[in-house]
Amino acid sequence: MSQILSREQIAYRIAQEVEEGFVVNLGIGIPTLVANFIPLEKKVMLQSENGLLGMGPFPRRDEVDPDLINAGKQTVTAAPGASYFSSADSFAMIRGGHVDLTVLGAMQVDEKACLANWMIPGKMVKGMGGAMDLVAGARRVIVAMQHIDKSGQSKLLRSCNLPLTGIHCVHRVVTDHAVVDIDPEGFVLQEVAPGFTPEEIQKITDAPLRISPNLKVMSVDIPVSGKGS
Amino acid sequence: MNHSKVFPNAQAALEGVQDNMTLLVGGFGLCGIPENCIEALVKMGAKNLTCVSNNAGVDDFGLGLLLQTRQIRKMVSSYVGENATFERQFLDGELDVELVPQGTLAERLRAGGAGIPAFYTPTGAGTLVAEGKETREFEGRPYILERAITGDFALVKAYKGDTFGNLVFRKTARNFNPMVATAGKITVAEVEELVEVGELDPDQIHTPGVFVQRIFQGQNYQKRIEKLTLNEGGL
Repeated sequence: MSQILSREQIAYRIAQEVEEGFVVNLGIGIPTLVANFIPLEKKVMLQSENGLLGMGPFPRRDEVDPDLINAGKQTVTAAPGASYFSSADSFAMIRGGHVDLTVLGAMQVDEKACLANWMIPGKMVKGMGGAMDLVAGARRVIVAMQHIDKSGQSKLLRSCNLPLTGIHCVHRVVTDHAVVDIDPEGFVLQEVAPGFTPEEIQKITDAPLRISPNLKVMSVDIPVSGKGS
Repeated sequence: MNHSKVFPNAQAALEGVQDNMTLLVGGFGLCGIPENCIEALVKMGAKNLTCVSNNAGVDDFGLGLLLQTRQIRKMVSSYVGENATFERQFLDGELDVELVPQGTLAERLRAGGAGIPAFYTPTGAGTLVAEGKETREFEGRPYILERAITGDFALVKAYKGDTFGNLVFRKTARNFNPMVATAGKITVAEVEELVEVGELDPDQIHTPGVFVQRIFQGQNYQKRIEKLTLNEGGL
Protein backbone atom coordinates (compact mmCIF):
# COMPACT_ATOMS: atom_id res chain seq x y z
CA MET A 1 0.00 0.00 0.00
CA SER A 2 1.32 3.45 -0.84
CA GLN A 3 1.76 6.09 1.82
CA ILE A 4 2.49 9.81 1.51
CA LEU A 5 4.45 11.50 4.26
CA SER A 6 3.03 13.69 7.02
CA ARG A 7 4.58 17.07 7.81
CA GLU A 8 6.44 15.44 10.71
CA GLN A 9 7.74 12.67 8.47
CA ILE A 10 9.02 15.21 5.94
CA ALA A 11 10.73 17.08 8.79
CA TYR A 12 12.20 13.84 10.15
CA ARG A 13 13.58 12.95 6.71
CA ILE A 14 15.21 16.38 6.38
CA ALA A 15 16.73 16.09 9.86
CA GLN A 16 18.74 13.13 8.50
CA GLU A 17 20.58 15.64 6.26
CA VAL A 18 21.92 17.59 9.23
CA GLU A 19 25.52 16.74 10.01
CA GLU A 20 27.40 17.06 13.26
CA GLY A 21 28.40 20.64 14.04
CA PHE A 22 26.27 22.19 11.31
CA VAL A 23 24.97 25.75 11.53
CA VAL A 24 21.38 25.54 10.30
CA ASN A 25 18.70 28.14 9.58
CA LEU A 26 15.14 26.79 9.56
CA GLY A 27 12.25 28.64 7.93
CA ILE A 28 8.64 28.80 9.07
CA GLY A 29 6.26 25.81 8.74
CA ILE A 30 7.56 22.27 8.13
CA PRO A 31 11.19 23.51 8.37
CA THR A 32 10.60 24.60 11.99
CA LEU A 33 9.61 21.01 12.83
CA VAL A 34 13.01 19.74 11.65
CA ALA A 35 14.56 20.99 14.92
CA ASN A 36 12.53 18.37 16.84
CA PHE A 37 14.31 15.53 15.05
CA ILE A 38 17.94 16.66 15.23
CA PRO A 39 19.67 14.54 17.92
CA LEU A 40 21.27 16.65 20.66
CA GLU A 41 24.58 14.79 20.28
CA LYS A 42 25.03 16.30 16.81
CA LYS A 43 25.76 19.65 18.51
CA VAL A 44 23.96 21.64 15.84
CA MET A 45 23.72 25.43 16.17
CA LEU A 46 20.42 26.87 14.98
CA GLN A 47 20.70 30.34 13.46
CA SER A 48 17.83 32.81 13.66
CA GLU A 49 18.36 35.68 11.25
CA ASN A 50 17.12 38.37 13.64
CA GLY A 51 20.41 37.97 15.48
CA LEU A 52 20.80 34.72 17.40
CA LEU A 53 23.15 31.79 16.81
CA GLY A 54 22.41 28.92 19.18
CA MET A 55 18.63 29.03 19.47
CA GLY A 56 17.23 26.86 22.26
CA PRO A 57 13.73 25.49 22.84
CA PHE A 58 10.69 27.65 23.49
CA PRO A 59 10.75 29.08 27.02
CA ARG A 60 8.91 27.89 30.10
CA ARG A 61 6.56 30.56 31.36
CA ASP A 62 9.11 31.84 33.90
CA GLU A 63 11.82 32.06 31.21
CA VAL A 64 9.86 34.28 28.78
CA ASP A 65 11.86 37.36 27.75
CA PRO A 66 10.42 39.93 25.30
CA ASP A 67 13.99 40.79 24.24
CA LEU A 68 14.57 37.22 23.06
CA ILE A 69 12.62 36.12 19.99
CA ASN A 70 13.25 34.17 16.80
CA ALA A 71 12.78 35.31 13.21
CA GLY A 72 9.15 34.14 13.36
CA LYS A 73 8.72 36.59 16.30
CA GLN A 74 8.10 33.73 18.72
CA THR A 75 9.62 33.79 22.20
CA VAL A 76 12.62 31.44 22.40
CA THR A 77 15.60 30.67 24.64
CA ALA A 78 19.34 30.69 23.98
CA ALA A 79 21.26 27.40 24.06
CA PRO A 80 24.69 27.01 25.70
CA GLY A 81 27.28 28.61 23.42
CA ALA A 82 24.77 31.03 21.91
CA SER A 83 25.63 34.52 20.68
CA TYR A 84 23.63 37.63 19.85
CA PHE A 85 24.53 40.02 17.03
CA SER A 86 23.16 42.70 14.73
CA SER A 87 21.14 42.06 11.57
CA ALA A 88 24.16 43.13 9.47
CA ASP A 89 26.35 40.52 11.17
CA SER A 90 23.58 37.96 10.86
CA PHE A 91 23.36 38.39 7.11
CA ALA A 92 27.14 38.50 6.78
CA MET A 93 26.95 34.99 8.24
CA ILE A 94 24.24 34.01 5.78
CA ARG A 95 25.47 35.74 2.62
CA GLY A 96 29.09 34.98 3.37
CA GLY A 97 28.49 31.23 3.22
CA HIS A 98 28.95 30.55 6.94
CA VAL A 99 25.57 28.84 7.32
CA ASP A 100 25.84 25.17 6.33
CA LEU A 101 22.21 24.52 5.58
CA THR A 102 18.93 26.34 5.22
CA VAL A 103 15.57 24.60 5.01
CA LEU A 104 12.60 26.52 3.73
CA GLY A 105 9.17 26.06 2.23
CA ALA A 106 8.28 26.89 -1.37
CA MET A 107 5.31 27.32 -3.70
CA GLN A 108 7.31 26.18 -6.74
CA VAL A 109 10.75 24.77 -7.56
CA ASP A 110 12.02 24.28 -11.08
CA GLU A 111 14.60 22.07 -12.78
CA LYS A 112 17.02 24.99 -13.03
CA ALA A 113 17.07 25.02 -9.20
CA CYS A 114 15.11 28.27 -8.97
CA LEU A 115 12.43 28.66 -6.32
CA ALA A 116 9.39 30.85 -5.73
CA ASN A 117 8.02 31.32 -2.23
CA TRP A 118 7.26 34.96 -1.51
CA MET A 119 4.69 36.41 -3.87
CA ILE A 120 1.50 35.53 -5.72
CA PRO A 121 0.62 38.25 -8.24
CA GLY A 122 -2.74 39.83 -7.42
CA LYS A 123 -2.54 38.88 -3.77
CA MET A 124 -1.32 41.08 -0.94
CA VAL A 125 2.45 40.81 -0.81
CA LYS A 126 3.84 40.65 2.71
CA GLY A 127 7.49 40.66 1.81
CA MET A 128 10.40 38.31 1.33
CA GLY A 129 11.90 38.78 4.79
CA GLY A 130 15.27 37.03 4.82
CA ALA A 131 14.43 34.29 2.31
CA MET A 132 16.23 35.84 -0.68
CA ASP A 133 19.42 36.28 1.33
CA LEU A 134 19.21 32.76 2.75
CA VAL A 135 18.85 31.03 -0.62
CA ALA A 136 21.58 33.21 -2.13
CA GLY A 137 24.03 32.59 0.69
CA ALA A 138 23.58 29.30 2.54
CA ARG A 139 25.96 26.53 1.45
CA ARG A 140 23.13 24.06 1.01
CA VAL A 141 19.44 24.82 0.35
CA ILE A 142 16.78 22.18 0.98
CA VAL A 143 13.14 22.85 0.17
CA ALA A 144 10.41 21.18 2.24
CA MET A 145 7.00 21.19 0.56
CA GLN A 146 4.04 19.18 -0.69
CA HIS A 147 4.63 17.63 -4.11
CA ILE A 148 1.35 18.97 -5.55
CA ASP A 149 -0.62 22.07 -4.61
CA LYS A 150 -4.21 22.27 -3.40
CA SER A 151 -5.57 22.38 -6.94
CA GLY A 152 -3.61 19.25 -7.87
CA GLN A 153 -0.85 21.01 -9.82
CA SER A 154 2.76 19.88 -9.58
CA LYS A 155 4.95 22.22 -7.55
CA LEU A 156 8.04 20.84 -9.33
CA LEU A 157 8.20 22.47 -12.76
CA ARG A 158 10.38 23.01 -15.81
CA SER A 159 10.20 26.72 -15.06
CA CYS A 160 8.59 28.57 -12.15
CA ASN A 161 5.79 30.90 -13.21
CA LEU A 162 5.54 32.76 -9.88
CA PRO A 163 8.01 35.56 -9.04
CA LEU A 164 11.32 34.02 -7.99
CA THR A 165 12.97 34.11 -4.59
CA GLY A 166 16.32 32.97 -5.96
CA ILE A 167 17.92 31.45 -9.03
CA HIS A 168 20.04 28.30 -9.33
CA CYS A 169 20.10 27.81 -5.60
CA VAL A 170 18.11 24.70 -4.56
CA HIS A 171 20.07 21.50 -3.98
CA ARG A 172 17.38 19.10 -2.81
CA VAL A 173 13.59 19.01 -2.50
CA VAL A 174 11.91 16.79 0.08
CA THR A 175 8.17 16.38 -0.51
CA ASP A 176 5.43 14.15 0.83
CA HIS A 177 6.02 11.90 -2.19
CA ALA A 178 9.74 11.96 -2.96
CA VAL A 179 13.27 13.23 -2.48
CA VAL A 180 14.45 15.00 -5.62
CA ASP A 181 17.94 16.42 -6.21
CA ILE A 182 18.72 19.11 -8.75
CA ASP A 183 21.92 18.93 -10.81
CA PRO A 184 22.95 20.95 -13.89
CA GLU A 185 20.80 18.66 -16.10
CA GLY A 186 17.66 18.91 -13.96
CA PHE A 187 15.74 16.77 -11.47
CA VAL A 188 17.07 13.44 -10.21
CA LEU A 189 14.67 11.20 -8.30
CA GLN A 190 16.56 9.89 -5.26
CA GLU A 191 13.80 8.46 -3.07
CA VAL A 192 10.13 7.60 -3.34
CA ALA A 193 7.49 7.45 -0.60
CA PRO A 194 6.60 3.86 0.44
CA GLY A 195 4.55 2.01 -2.19
CA PHE A 196 5.13 4.53 -5.01
CA THR A 197 6.88 3.70 -8.26
CA PRO A 198 9.14 6.20 -10.08
CA GLU A 199 6.51 6.26 -12.87
CA GLU A 200 3.85 7.38 -10.41
CA ILE A 201 6.09 10.18 -9.12
CA GLN A 202 6.85 11.23 -12.71
CA LYS A 203 3.10 11.47 -13.38
CA ILE A 204 2.65 14.11 -10.67
CA THR A 205 5.82 16.02 -11.64
CA ASP A 206 5.72 18.63 -14.45
CA ALA A 207 9.34 18.14 -15.49
CA PRO A 208 11.38 15.12 -16.48
CA LEU A 209 12.86 13.07 -13.65
CA ARG A 210 16.01 11.08 -14.13
CA ILE A 211 16.08 8.11 -11.79
CA SER A 212 19.05 7.71 -9.51
CA PRO A 213 20.84 4.35 -9.82
CA ASN A 214 20.67 4.30 -6.00
CA LEU A 215 16.90 4.87 -5.81
CA LYS A 216 15.58 4.26 -2.29
CA VAL A 217 12.30 4.20 -0.42
CA MET A 218 11.84 7.11 2.01
CA SER A 219 11.96 6.16 5.65
CA VAL A 220 8.71 7.06 7.40
CA ASP A 221 9.32 5.44 10.78
CA ILE A 222 10.21 8.10 13.30
CA PRO A 223 12.05 6.37 16.13
CA VAL A 224 10.87 7.51 19.56
CA SER A 225 14.50 8.02 20.62
CA GLY A 226 15.08 10.25 17.60
CA LYS A 227 12.95 12.94 19.14
CA GLY A 228 15.20 15.68 20.49
CA SER A 229 14.32 18.58 22.76
CA MET B 1 24.99 76.67 24.15
CA ASN B 2 24.10 73.27 25.43
CA HIS B 3 26.59 70.66 24.24
CA SER B 4 25.01 67.86 26.22
CA LYS B 5 23.50 64.99 24.27
CA VAL B 6 21.07 64.25 27.07
CA PHE B 7 17.43 65.22 26.61
CA PRO B 8 14.61 65.00 29.14
CA ASN B 9 12.21 62.97 27.01
CA ALA B 10 11.28 61.78 23.53
CA GLN B 11 9.44 64.90 22.45
CA ALA B 12 12.43 67.11 23.31
CA ALA B 13 14.87 64.72 21.63
CA LEU B 14 12.82 64.65 18.43
CA GLU B 15 12.75 68.42 17.98
CA GLY B 16 13.28 69.16 14.30
CA VAL B 17 11.35 66.20 12.88
CA GLN B 18 9.30 67.67 10.04
CA ASP B 19 6.90 66.62 7.32
CA ASN B 20 8.40 64.65 4.40
CA MET B 21 11.44 63.48 6.33
CA THR B 22 12.99 60.00 6.18
CA LEU B 23 13.16 58.22 9.54
CA LEU B 24 15.23 55.08 10.14
CA VAL B 25 13.67 53.00 12.89
CA GLY B 26 15.33 50.11 14.74
CA GLY B 27 13.59 46.91 15.81
CA PHE B 28 12.51 43.52 14.53
CA GLY B 29 8.79 42.93 14.85
CA LEU B 30 7.99 44.55 18.21
CA CYS B 31 11.38 43.59 19.68
CA GLY B 32 13.80 46.44 20.30
CA ILE B 33 11.59 49.20 18.89
CA PRO B 34 11.88 52.82 20.08
CA GLU B 35 8.52 52.86 21.86
CA ASN B 36 8.86 56.31 23.41
CA CYS B 37 9.91 57.98 20.15
CA ILE B 38 7.02 56.45 18.21
CA GLU B 39 4.54 57.59 20.84
CA ALA B 40 6.00 61.11 20.75
CA LEU B 41 5.83 61.25 16.94
CA VAL B 42 2.10 60.52 17.14
CA LYS B 43 1.69 63.53 19.44
CA MET B 44 4.00 65.77 17.38
CA GLY B 45 2.15 64.99 14.17
CA ALA B 46 4.79 65.20 11.39
CA LYS B 47 3.26 63.83 8.19
CA ASN B 48 4.28 62.32 4.86
CA LEU B 49 7.08 60.43 6.52
CA THR B 50 9.18 57.75 4.88
CA CYS B 51 9.98 55.08 7.46
CA VAL B 52 12.78 52.61 6.91
CA SER B 53 12.25 49.71 9.29
CA ASN B 54 12.34 45.93 8.93
CA ASN B 55 8.63 45.66 9.82
CA ALA B 56 5.63 47.95 10.15
CA GLY B 57 4.50 47.00 13.65
CA VAL B 58 1.04 45.67 14.44
CA ASP B 59 -2.25 47.56 14.19
CA ASP B 60 -2.11 49.14 17.63
CA PHE B 61 1.59 49.16 18.48
CA GLY B 62 4.97 50.02 17.03
CA LEU B 63 4.94 51.81 13.68
CA GLY B 64 1.33 50.67 13.34
CA LEU B 65 0.48 53.67 15.55
CA LEU B 66 1.90 56.06 12.92
CA LEU B 67 0.03 54.22 10.19
CA GLN B 68 -3.25 54.65 12.06
CA THR B 69 -2.70 58.42 12.15
CA ARG B 70 -1.72 58.36 8.46
CA GLN B 71 1.62 60.02 9.17
CA ILE B 72 3.56 57.53 7.03
CA ARG B 73 3.57 57.93 3.25
CA LYS B 74 6.12 55.24 2.46
CA MET B 75 7.53 52.17 4.21
CA VAL B 76 10.83 50.54 3.29
CA SER B 77 10.73 47.08 4.90
CA SER B 78 11.46 43.40 4.34
CA TYR B 79 8.20 42.06 5.77
CA VAL B 80 4.93 43.86 6.47
CA GLY B 81 2.54 41.07 7.49
CA GLU B 82 0.67 41.15 10.82
CA ASN B 83 -0.84 44.57 10.15
CA ALA B 84 -4.35 45.09 8.73
CA THR B 85 -4.08 48.91 8.76
CA PHE B 86 -1.02 48.63 6.56
CA GLU B 87 -2.78 46.29 4.16
CA ARG B 88 -5.84 48.54 3.83
CA GLN B 89 -3.81 51.71 3.24
CA PHE B 90 -1.56 49.94 0.74
CA LEU B 91 -4.47 48.54 -1.24
CA ASP B 92 -6.16 51.98 -1.19
CA GLY B 93 -3.00 53.53 -2.64
CA GLU B 94 -2.44 55.80 0.38
CA LEU B 95 0.80 54.10 1.27
CA ASP B 96 3.86 53.27 -0.83
CA VAL B 97 5.97 50.28 0.05
CA GLU B 98 9.42 49.30 -1.06
CA LEU B 99 10.11 45.68 -0.14
CA VAL B 100 13.80 44.99 0.42
CA PRO B 101 15.36 41.63 1.29
CA GLN B 102 16.20 41.66 4.98
CA GLY B 103 19.96 41.23 4.60
CA THR B 104 20.05 43.84 1.84
CA LEU B 105 18.14 46.26 4.08
CA ALA B 106 20.63 45.71 6.92
CA GLU B 107 23.58 46.18 4.56
CA ARG B 108 22.10 49.28 2.87
CA LEU B 109 21.80 50.89 6.31
CA ARG B 110 25.28 49.73 7.31
CA ALA B 111 26.67 51.14 4.06
CA GLY B 112 24.80 54.41 4.59
CA GLY B 113 26.45 54.87 7.96
CA ALA B 114 29.86 53.75 6.73
CA GLY B 115 30.30 56.07 3.75
CA ILE B 116 29.77 53.35 1.12
CA PRO B 117 27.34 54.67 -1.52
CA ALA B 118 26.46 51.27 -3.03
CA PHE B 119 27.51 47.63 -3.02
CA TYR B 120 27.03 44.42 -5.02
CA THR B 121 25.09 41.56 -3.48
CA PRO B 122 23.99 38.16 -4.81
CA THR B 123 20.67 38.50 -2.95
CA GLY B 124 17.78 38.97 -5.35
CA ALA B 125 19.79 38.51 -8.56
CA GLY B 126 17.47 37.22 -11.28
CA THR B 127 14.32 38.21 -9.33
CA LEU B 128 11.93 41.19 -9.30
CA VAL B 129 14.26 42.83 -6.79
CA ALA B 130 16.91 43.14 -9.52
CA GLU B 131 14.68 45.09 -11.91
CA GLY B 132 16.13 48.48 -12.82
CA LYS B 133 19.39 47.72 -11.04
CA GLU B 134 22.82 47.16 -12.51
CA THR B 135 23.79 43.47 -12.60
CA ARG B 136 27.41 42.48 -12.78
CA GLU B 137 29.14 39.12 -12.79
CA PHE B 138 31.97 38.31 -10.44
CA GLU B 139 33.59 34.89 -10.85
CA GLY B 140 30.71 33.72 -13.00
CA ARG B 141 27.95 34.65 -10.57
CA PRO B 142 25.46 37.55 -10.97
CA TYR B 143 25.33 40.30 -8.34
CA ILE B 144 23.10 43.37 -8.19
CA LEU B 145 24.04 46.91 -7.22
CA GLU B 146 22.19 48.15 -4.16
CA ARG B 147 22.29 51.74 -2.89
CA ALA B 148 23.01 52.85 0.66
CA ILE B 149 20.26 54.29 2.86
CA THR B 150 20.60 57.29 5.15
CA GLY B 151 17.92 59.21 7.03
CA ASP B 152 17.15 62.63 8.44
CA PHE B 153 16.59 61.05 11.83
CA ALA B 154 17.44 57.60 13.16
CA LEU B 155 15.45 56.27 16.11
CA VAL B 156 17.18 53.63 18.18
CA LYS B 157 16.24 51.64 21.27
CA ALA B 158 19.03 50.34 23.51
CA TYR B 159 19.13 48.66 26.90
CA LYS B 160 21.75 50.92 28.47
CA GLY B 161 23.43 54.08 27.35
CA ASP B 162 25.70 56.73 28.81
CA THR B 163 25.65 60.49 28.51
CA PHE B 164 28.15 60.39 25.61
CA GLY B 165 25.74 58.15 23.69
CA ASN B 166 27.56 54.83 24.04
CA LEU B 167 24.99 52.05 23.73
CA VAL B 168 24.58 48.49 24.93
CA PHE B 169 21.81 46.35 23.49
CA ARG B 170 20.20 43.30 25.05
CA LYS B 171 19.73 39.90 23.39
CA THR B 172 17.82 39.93 20.09
CA ALA B 173 16.57 43.47 20.75
CA ARG B 174 19.82 44.54 19.05
CA ASN B 175 18.73 43.54 15.50
CA PHE B 176 18.70 46.60 13.17
CA ASN B 177 19.46 49.17 15.90
CA PRO B 178 23.27 49.34 15.48
CA MET B 179 23.10 49.99 11.72
CA VAL B 180 20.23 52.43 12.05
CA ALA B 181 22.26 54.32 14.67
CA THR B 182 25.09 54.91 12.19
CA ALA B 183 22.91 56.06 9.28
CA GLY B 184 20.95 58.99 10.70
CA LYS B 185 21.93 62.66 10.28
CA ILE B 186 20.54 62.98 13.80
CA THR B 187 20.43 59.74 15.76
CA VAL B 188 18.15 59.69 18.78
CA ALA B 189 18.69 56.84 21.22
CA GLU B 190 16.20 55.92 23.91
CA VAL B 191 17.50 53.67 26.67
CA GLU B 192 16.05 51.77 29.59
CA GLU B 193 18.87 52.93 31.80
CA LEU B 194 20.94 56.08 31.28
CA VAL B 195 24.23 56.17 33.17
CA GLU B 196 27.17 58.59 33.50
CA VAL B 197 30.20 58.22 31.24
CA GLY B 198 32.65 55.75 32.71
CA GLU B 199 30.01 53.43 34.06
CA LEU B 200 29.85 51.22 30.96
CA ASP B 201 32.73 48.86 30.26
CA PRO B 202 34.34 50.10 27.02
CA ASP B 203 34.87 46.47 25.99
CA GLN B 204 31.14 45.80 26.12
CA ILE B 205 29.84 48.78 24.14
CA HIS B 206 28.01 47.79 20.95
CA THR B 207 27.48 51.26 19.45
CA PRO B 208 30.14 53.90 20.17
CA GLY B 209 28.67 57.25 21.22
CA VAL B 210 30.02 59.08 18.16
CA PHE B 211 27.02 57.76 16.22
CA VAL B 212 24.48 59.13 18.69
CA GLN B 213 23.56 62.82 18.78
CA ARG B 214 20.72 62.74 21.32
CA ILE B 215 19.89 60.35 24.12
CA PHE B 216 17.19 60.10 26.77
CA GLN B 217 15.98 57.66 29.35
CA GLY B 218 12.75 56.11 28.16
CA GLN B 219 9.86 55.23 30.40
CA ASN B 220 6.89 52.89 30.70
CA TYR B 221 8.26 50.26 28.33
CA GLN B 222 5.58 47.80 27.29
CA LYS B 223 7.89 45.41 25.39
CA ARG B 224 4.93 43.69 23.85
CA ILE B 225 5.36 40.08 22.79
CA GLU B 226 4.03 39.37 19.31
CA LYS B 227 3.87 35.57 19.51
CA LEU B 228 4.13 34.16 22.99
CA THR B 229 5.24 30.57 22.47
CA LEU B 230 5.85 28.30 25.43
CA ASN B 231 7.60 24.99 25.88
CA GLU B 232 4.50 23.29 27.27
CA GLY B 233 2.40 21.96 24.44
CA GLY B 234 5.34 21.88 22.01
CA LEU B 235 5.35 23.79 18.75
